[in-house]
Amino acid sequence: MSFSPAKFYQTGTFTVGNRLLPEDLRTVQADTERTNALNSGHRACQGCGEALGARYAVDAAVQAAGGQMIAVNATGCLEVFSTPYPESSWQVPWIHSLFGNAAAVATGVAAALRVKQRGNVRVLAQGGDGGTTDIGFGCLSGMFERNDDVLYICYDNEAYMNTGVQRSSATPPGARTATTMPLGSEPGNVFGQGKNLPLIAMAHEIPYVATATVAGLHDLEYKVRRAMEIRGARYLHVFVPCPLGWGAAPHDTIRLARLAKESGIFPVFEAEHGEVVSVLKIRNKVPVDDYLRAQKRFAHLFGSHPRPDIVARIQAEADRNVRRFGLLDAAEPEAAAPVQP
Amino acid sequence: MFKQIEGSQAVAETVALCRPEVICAYPISPQTHIVEGLGALVKGGQLQPCEFINVESEFAAMSVAIGASAAGARSYTATASQGLLFMTEAVYNASGLGLPIVMTVANRAIGAPINIWNDHSDSMSQRDCGWIQLFAESNQDAVDLHIQGFRLAEELSLPVMVCMDGFILTHAYERIDVPSQEQVDAFLPSYVPRQVLDPAQPVTIGAMVGPEAFTEVRYLAHAKQLQALDLIPRIGAEFSKVFGRDAGGLLRAYRIEDAETVVVALGSVLGTIKDTVDTLRVAGHKIGVLGICSFRPFPLQAVAQALAGAQRIVVVEKSFSVGIGGIVATDVRMALQNAQQQVFTVVAGLGGRPITCAALQRAFSQAIEGRLEALHFLDLDREVVERELARERSERRTGPTAVNILRDKRAAWRTR
Repeated sequence: MSFSPAKFYQTGTFTVGNRLLPEDLRTVQADTERTNALNSGHRACQGCGEALGARYAVDAAVQAAGGQMIAVNATGCLEVFSTPYPESSWQVPWIHSLFGNAAAVATGVAAALRVKQRGNVRVLAQGGDGGTTDIGFGCLSGMFERNDDVLYICYDNEAYMNTGVQRSSATPPGARTATTMPLGSEPGNVFGQGKNLPLIAMAHEIPYVATATVAGLHDLEYKVRRAMEIRGARYLHVFVPCPLGWGAAPHDTIRLARLAKESGIFPVFEAEHGEVVSVLKIRNKVPVDDYLRAQKRFAHLFGSHPRPDIVARIQAEADRNVRRFGLLDAAEPEAAAPVQP
Repeated sequence: MFKQIEGSQAVAETVALCRPEVICAYPISPQTHIVEGLGALVKGGQLQPCEFINVESEFAAMSVAIGASAAGARSYTATASQGLLFMTEAVYNASGLGLPIVMTVANRAIGAPINIWNDHSDSMSQRDCGWIQLFAESNQDAVDLHIQGFRLAEELSLPVMVCMDGFILTHAYERIDVPSQEQVDAFLPSYVPRQVLDPAQPVTIGAMVGPEAFTEVRYLAHAKQLQALDLIPRIGAEFSKVFGRDAGGLLRAYRIEDAETVVVALGSVLGTIKDTVDTLRVAGHKIGVLGICSFRPFPLQAVAQALAGAQRIVVVEKSFSVGIGGIVATDVRMALQNAQQQVFTVVAGLGGRPITCAALQRAFSQAIEGRLEALHFLDLDREVVERELARERSERRTGPTAVNILRDKRAAWRTR
């Protein structure tokens, strides 16, 4: 049968129509057999990017593991909103220990499964950006370095949201948080700080590192599936807007994630053993302005005392991502990811 | 089988006989020989199946043990001093989650000033963490308490800390009866967890608990420790049957039947104290010793009973709570709250300072004569302390205290 590219034209969105896809590419969420690993009734805010990302990621992981999966959670929004005693949203075996040790607890679970010859049961660890890039970084790096058989997913909403929106090492420059107030000559978070955890993960030369956003849920599911095909330490960094912390409308969560990707602010890529193997190209390049203006955390850059100089610096960072990851190189075939949302 | 063997090696061999399935290793003196020994046993194939994991910190060591234990594996680690403090958050978490991890603490001082030698400041700092704390008097005791520790931990679903004096025990070579695999297997059944992460029966472990239930959860932790007060002697008695020697229990009394003065202590210093007591007995003093094996749970009733006949109690302890005094002494007073006995605290052996029979004999004699201060620091060089205090009164920028004191000490030795 000859190859015929599927084209999706849906007004105002880039969402892939699920029914137009071959069955094996359809979203896990459309499967009547889906786990609902993170079940309804939890207490996430309206429009929570993390809840959306976790729902897709965990269900995809459970499906890839044939239902045989254990989840480890760091302290944070996801943990708090999913397990208010005596209720639990989790339909998978799930453990929360501390803020900074999810990766190490997952290592322990994996070790126990290995010693008990239950290698068919897979281990997922998850946390927010604070629990991953800051307080949990030591344990995460140790897990990477030992190449323990764990998929670690970071849901990055770029600040400590659970404690009331304080800066983390994933907070972008210029952003207002409770600890980087829009005051003084350099309002918001400073430039030149922060960590790029996907690149740090790649420097550990672990078998698989990928980034994704909640604007590309098929892509997210694909990356989880791909990660689950591999044994050893794997890292998935998911960009999840936070309406509350970012000062954005709940209905803009997916739009913001898409704008982050389309502006180049958040490069979406895959890497194996330390080398980038695919990137999700920008489809319609937008200026960072479009992304920033929709969020109150950047309002001080546009108000009565606008700071076009700071916006220009943020634009320069986005442009650097575009160059660095080849996000606009249309000449290259977009073959790496099977589904382009 | 009797062996002439290092304490750490004996503990390593014994822990291996307990068939741990996951061991987390991170080096810190004076604990390191234990995990080294276990690493060799795993790598050499004598201990199988077992995952030996070299972690990146003590915090990770306890966290890996938490994950492994929650997934149903018998889990073990060892630490000391700064390492115990570094893992503290996870130590509390392990007991809060009710995971029966066994950990050796090779007791060592806590800095600053940094000091690698023995005292009890490390494990005493964790006295409220919800772990059972057993103190070994000898290396034979350390061996036996580890075997009992796994049994105790798993019966109660509570973690157990076996505390043994760093260097004094861990690095001492002596004759130790290391039991056989058959004996240990007869005593220690395989681990059946109360809660386990299993896809066949998904559970949520570590949910958030608010004010509506937190008190009950915490009280249950206390209730379990109270259960341990019954279980520890029972397990000790069963141990004696299988292994043919006494070990464990809550307390060990020595010559206290008619004693007017009773010395209370824990750990290896009990040997020195018994020798001192023997000497004082020869001199006609009615003095005895009460060794505390189970520090947590603290056997209030048993201590009260054992001390009922004494007129005065001298608590010798290798740590103290800065700003108040003795830690063990405070607990002993709690046991004696309606009694009129005098309780003295002798703080001794800090940072590895030798505790000699001569110094103890002086302190005990002073107690008998009613001349001992309520809180006494054994062999404290008051001159050096006074000189530093005077310096601080006279000038602002006195510099680091530890360096000043070492300089004074050196000068004193030179003029001697």
